[in-house]
Amino acid sequence: MTITLQLFLLVSAALFCIGLLAALSRRHAIFILIGIEMMLAAAGLNFIAFWRFGPQPAPATGVMVTIFAIAIAAAEAAVGLALVIAVYRHYRTINVDQIDQLKG
Amino acid sequence: MNSVVFIVIAILTLAAALAAATLPKLVHAALSFALSFVGVALFYFLLGAEFVGLVQVFVYVGAVAVLIVFTILLTRRGAEEEHGFHWSGALIGLAVFAGLTWAILRSSGLSAPAPTVAAVTVKRIGELLMTDYVWPLQCVGLILTAALVGAMVLVMEEKR
Repeated sequence: MTITLQLFLLVSAALFCIGLLAALSRRHAIFILIGIEMMLAAAGLNFIAFWRFGPQPAPATGVMVTIFAIAIAAAEAAVGLALVIAVYRHYRTINVDQIDQLKG
Repeated sequence: MNSVVFIVIAILTLAAALAAATLPKLVHAALSFALSFVGVALFYFLLGAEFVGLVQVFVYVGAVAVLIVFTILLTRRGAEEEHGFHWSGALIGLAVFAGLTWAILRSSGLSAPAPTVAAVTVKRIGELLMTDYVWPLQCVGLILTAALVGAMVLVMEEKR
């Protein structure tokens, strides 16, 4: 069996859907963030796989895009977790079903 | 590329991701999350993007997983361990996976073997960051600074 682009795409599709499952079905805010991070990682895996299997241009576009995506995902995680802590201080819970007021 | 290595990494990544999505205990899920990102980094190594794999390990396993564990510890008091699980999310996930699989399997031209490629060295990445990608690099620096300041403002105690 040779490793083809198709296999990488299937693995990253599975990773994306597991992240979607975590973001949609868990009621805990941290799990939703974990699911979003998984979906971002699946997108990065797709970028690298298409870069590796595509016709080889001189610039390493897929590598650069993935590096920037990782940097932005780290910023997103930091702000998201700070929001979780702020919400917890205010409501004493981080179950997203119980956080349903717009008024602070 | 070795197919046995590929299958082992794929099983590791997907099993750890599934555990992170379904385990009821938060700390277990956070550790599974770190393990699944190690698997993704191994995929990057397998694909010949060593620098991206290292960045993935440093940023996710080193920083984001520790941040998640910190947040879990800070927000644990008073929060009950058992939370609801919405099965509609699992249904939507399965439907999306079926759609993506159908699209991938129907596309032609995806089964070509990988061409031999010159390795992307760290030197080349540094050159690209300083020439072609200098504008995105500046924007990412701005975003990271804004995220740092924003996170600190969000968690600061309100003075009343």
